[in-house]
Amino acid sequence: MNTIDHHWQRFTLKQKLSRYAVYLVLIIAFFQSIKSVEVIPEFLLDAPEQMADMFARMWPIDFAYYPVAVHDAMIETLNIATLGTLITLIFAIPLALMNASNIVNSAWCHWISRFFLVSSRSVNSLVWALLFVSIFGPGVIAGVLAIAFRSIGFVGKLLGEAIEEVNMGSIEALKATGASWLSILLKGYWPQVLPAFFSIVLFRWDINVRESAVLGLVGAGGIGVVLDDSMNLFQWDRVAMSLLAIFAIVIVAEIVVVNIRKRLI
Amino acid sequence: MAGINSSQNRENPFKQNWFVTATWLIVICYVVYSFQAMGLSWERFNDGLGHASNLLGRMVPPNFSRWSLLLSGLIESLEIAIISSIFGIFISLFLGLVAARNLMPTWVSTPVRMLIALCRTFHPVIIAILFVKSVGFGALAGILTLIVASVGFIAKLFAEAIEEISLKQVEAIRATGAGFTSIILFSVMPQVFSRFIGFSTYQLDSNLRNSTMVGIVGAGGLGGTLFSAFQRFDYDFVAAILIIIIALIMFGEFLSNIVRRIFR
Repeated sequence: MNTIDHHWQRFTLKQKLSRYAVYLVLIIAFFQSIKSVEVIPEFLLDAPEQMADMFARMWPIDFAYYPVAVHDAMIETLNIATLGTLITLIFAIPLALMNASNIVNSAWCHWISRFFLVSSRSVNSLVWALLFVSIFGPGVIAGVLAIAFRSIGFVGKLLGEAIEEVNMGSIEALKATGASWLSILLKGYWPQVLPAFFSIVLFRWDINVRESAVLGLVGAGGIGVVLDDSMNLFQWDRVAMSLLAIFAIVIVAEIVVVNIRKRLI
Repeated sequence: MAGINSSQNRENPFKQNWFVTATWLIVICYVVYSFQAMGLSWERFNDGLGHASNLLGRMVPPNFSRWSLLLSGLIESLEIAIISSIFGIFISLFLGLVAARNLMPTWVSTPVRMLIALCRTFHPVIIAILFVKSVGFGALAGILTLIVASVGFIAKLFAEAIEEISLKQVEAIRATGAGFTSIILFSVMPQVFSRFIGFSTYQLDSNLRNSTMVGIVGAGGLGGTLFSAFQRFDYDFVAAILIIIIALIMFGEFLSNIVRRIFR
C-alpha cells in the first residue's frame, strides 16, 4: 500500500482567478459564436424530419451492389491505409530520431524535425489528398501519399517520445563495449522501443483505415469514390451499402489491432 | 572458483527470432504486391514531379489579396470549433459518467458505450456528409458533426478515466449518507477532473483542426474556401489558406498549453 503523502491545499488567489478567467473567456467566446454563426433556424427545426427521410431512402440496403463495386474499393482502401502507414515509417523514423534529445543533441535538429512533424499534423489528410491529386492525378497513389504524409507527424512525435523514455543504462553499457553507432541503435534502443513502436504503428493503422475511407471524396481512390458516386446519383441504398462496408472494416480493424497488441505487448 | 570460464557463455545474446523474420518477409511481400496493384510507373512518378514543381511554383508567392474571404472563413471555423467543443464536452461529461461500468449497472452502461463507439466509428467527413444532406449546407452541419466526433472521443476516454478511480473515496462519501449527485460531485469528479480538462483541451484542439476540413464537403468554415480555391486552380490563394490553417492550429496548441498549465 502506498502511503498518503499528498499535501492538500487551497488554490491560491492567482490560480483561482486564472481558472475563472478561462471559464469566462470560454463563455464569452461561446455566446459570441452562437450569436454570429450563420445557422438558419428553419433548417435546424426540420432537421429530424430530413434525417428520417434520408434514412428511409437508405432502406433497404442494396446488398447486390457489394460484389459489383464495393468489394474492390474496400480492398483498395485497405491497401491505401496499410501502404500509407508503411511509407510513413521511412520519413517518421529519421525524424523521430532527430527529435529525441537523447540521440541527437542539437537544437537545430530539434527545430527542423519539429517543424516537419507539426506541419504534417496540421494539414488534414483530405488537404494532403487534394495536393497529391493535383500532382499525381486522381487514383490510389494520391491516397497512399496523403495517408503517409498525414501520419508522419503522429508517428514521429510519439516515437520520439518513446525513444526519450528508454533506460540509458543498457545504452551506456553498449557504448562501453565500443559498439558502433548503428549497433547501439539496433541493440540498445530498438529492443526497448519495440513495444511502443508496434503499438504506435498499429494505432495509426487503425486511424488510417478510417481516414482512407474518405479520401475518395476528393478523388484519391478507395471506397470514398464509390460513396461519392452513389451519393451524387442519389442512390441512397448504395450509399448505405458503402457505409455498412466501412463500418464493418473499421470494426474488423479494431478487433485485429486489439488482438495483435495483446500478442505483442 | 577459478576465474570466469568464457568458453561456456558463447551463446549469442541477440538471437534470431524466426517468427519476427517471417512477419517482416510477409510485410515485404505485401508491399511489393500492393505497389504492383497501385500501378505506379516511373513515368508517372516523373510526370508527378514535374507537376509538383509546377504546383509549388504557382503557390509560392501566397496571395493574401482576398483576405476578407479568408477572414470570414477563419472566423466561421473558429465559431464551429468553439460551439461544437462546448456542446460536445458538456454532453460527453454526462455520457462518460453513465458509461462508466463501476458507477452504473451494466444494462445502462452497455447501450451508452455502444452509442459512443458508434459516434467514433465513422470519420468526421462521412458524418459531415450525412449532416449536410439532412440539414443543408453551412455551419450547422459542421457543428453537429464535430459534436458527434467530440462525444465519440471524450466520452470514451472520460469513461475509462472514471473506471480507473479509487472506490475508497466513493465509499467514504457514501458512508456519510450522501445522495447520488453528491457522490459524483465530491468523490468522482475531483479524481478525474484534471484528466477531463486534459481531454477537453485536446478535443478543442482537434475540433479546430477538423473545423477547417468539414468545409470540403460543404459543412462551413475555411475548408469550403480551400476546396473551391483548389477547384479554380487558384494555387496562390490555396497556399495562403494553408498558411493560415497552420498558424491557427499552432495558436490553438499554444492556447491549450496555457489552459492545461492553469488547471494542473
